[in-house]
Amino acid sequence: MALLDINNLSVTFDTDDGPVHAVSGLSLSVKRGETLGIVGESGSGKSQTAFAILGLLARNGRTSGSVTFDGQEILGAPTDALNRLRAEKIAMIFQDPMTSLNPYMRISDQMAEVLTLHKGLSKREAVAESVRMLDAVRIPSAKERVRLYPHEFSGGMRQRVMIAMSLLCQPDLLIADEPTTALDVTVQAQIMDLLRDLQQEFGMATILITHDLGVVAGFCERVLVMYGGQVMEEGPTVPLFAEPAHPYTRGLLAAVPRLDEEEVTMKAIPGAPPNMANPPKGCPFRPRCAYASEACATMPPLEPFAPGRARACHVEPGRVAA
Amino acid sequence: MSPLLSVRDLHVTFGITRAGDMPWTKPRLLHAVNGVSFDLEPGETLGIVGESGCGKSTLARGLIRMVPATGQVMWRGEKDLLAISAAEMKRYRSEIQMVFQDPLASLNPRMTLGQIIAEPLKTHRPDLSAKDRAARVAAMMERVGLLPQMINRYPHEFSGGQCQRIGIARALVVEPKLLICDEPVSALDVSIQAQVVDLLMELQSEMGLAMIFIAHDLSVVKHISDNVMVLYLGRMMERAPKRELYAAPQHPYTQALLSAVPIADPEVERTKKIIPLTGDLPSPMAPPSGCVFRTRCPRAQAQCGQTVPEAGYGDHRTACLYPGAIRAEELA
Repeated sequence: MALLDINNLSVTFDTDDGPVHAVSGLSLSVKRGETLGIVGESGSGKSQTAFAILGLLARNGRTSGSVTFDGQEILGAPTDALNRLRAEKIAMIFQDPMTSLNPYMRISDQMAEVLTLHKGLSKREAVAESVRMLDAVRIPSAKERVRLYPHEFSGGMRQRVMIAMSLLCQPDLLIADEPTTALDVTVQAQIMDLLRDLQQEFGMATILITHDLGVVAGFCERVLVMYGGQVMEEGPTVPLFAEPAHPYTRGLLAAVPRLDEEEVTMKAIPGAPPNMANPPKGCPFRPRCAYASEACATMPPLEPFAPGRARACHVEPGRVAA
Repeated sequence: MSPLLSVRDLHVTFGITRAGDMPWTKPRLLHAVNGVSFDLEPGETLGIVGESGCGKSTLARGLIRMVPATGQVMWRGEKDLLAISAAEMKRYRSEIQMVFQDPLASLNPRMTLGQIIAEPLKTHRPDLSAKDRAARVAAMMERVGLLPQMINRYPHEFSGGQCQRIGIARALVVEPKLLICDEPVSALDVSIQAQVVDLLMELQSEMGLAMIFIAHDLSVVKHISDNVMVLYLGRMMERAPKRELYAAPQHPYTQALLSAVPIADPEVERTKKIIPLTGDLPSPMAPPSGCVFRTRCPRAQAQCGQTVPEAGYGDHRTACLYPGAIRAEELA
């Protein structure tokens, strides 16, 4: 049984300009211990998917569909149940570690709070456990630094604190939303390396949400490519990168400059991402797609075409690869 | 022929006062840019890379006196831009234009697209008639891929990529010789980045522009630049022709930086070795003695704390006492 099962999830925001469909009919599943990457550009719905799972949507957000975690429906679950779930079973780390930590609290207090609240540890035990976790995320002299405030840490160290905090209750699922986007590339390498080690050590399933295809390539077993609130393509990382089967995945990979190429190329995708308040009819990628035809006015379903792989496109896979 | 821009020993220093300092307390000094020298030829693109806080944006701002700088910035072998009066500097501002990172924040929200692009012409070419001005604005808009019917719209009506096109049009409408781009594509989605980079490269070859292209994305810089300069804590670590810098970097910092860039290919990304940098960037208020990189350098020796390495002269310059190819023991 899958650890997380999302079925036909839609997220809609009611705005003054009418409803905005951020995510439309998304389905995915994550097995225990699996690493899944969700890739997409801004407005693709990748973060809203995560927020919907955890019940963290803005107040004007509505959801439909189903999200089961460990066999239990959690979409629209009462706050009490979600609070327990969020701390003990599912943890999340965010892009900006500074705004996700409480600037008025010492790291020791913020971290210990999680354990005293959810694990019933005494304050003293909780702080000791926090120090152990800060050691695990390789923060030097953790014992002294646990007494500091968030602003006394660098960006990379703050993200380490966030990771340590998210792992305190040994969650089954970690959702990392652009965890290294705000960091410099050498620090990013450190943090991804750390996440890889911790993932293997603790064996938690991980959903990595990012726009950076390089980061996904190094971390995830499986990838989901989103565009305009829809899943365009899904599959194991290696074949998906080697032979992208959706025109958007293909375009995205061609647009990313690769440092290991002698002559770096960047092939632009014409046009601009859709305005989700007024999305194109049918496939959202249609206005920018070189293969678009009449048929694309209806959204193609996400259909399997190779072992473990699926895509939502009317064009034959062979033609896209050509 | 003299270079377009010849920068010698450029320094930008900020005085930092803290809450609670007395009026007579001497401000502590932050050397944001510390003794950087380089030449820029007409039509050349110089990429400046480095991590946040390395002084790459401050360097660019120092060149055009958006922040106070000392040293020498010789423009076309005729004037030191740091030694002339503000009034005289105004003449040179039309020859050096800038494109900024945040496309929306760098456009006045109360001005229409037409007004935004016309404004530099009003300032720098008051001799033009309204009709000539309108013609130049229209031509420039077409050149950067903006439609004529967009002229009366406001910045918030445009996407990030289009806003950056407006920023580029505004910079180029006065026909500068040098365009300074400060992270022009970092705020854009990947599929849009390539559009803007393509546009910049086309315009550059058409107008014979020289360009200083500041970015933290090493792959984009490799794509667009002729020469690349690497900064760390306000100092130049290495500067070389693009091909050499990427294929055979000599400075351990450049090597670490390049090795850390993730490659969008699972098979490459999972087997590649990197040079892990330990620790954090030191505070620029209290930089290490000698070589500023030595506290994180896998190659550091006692001597590195004593001597500030000189970059030397020539095409490939490396500010390191122990330059050379990556050593096997540095990889992990």
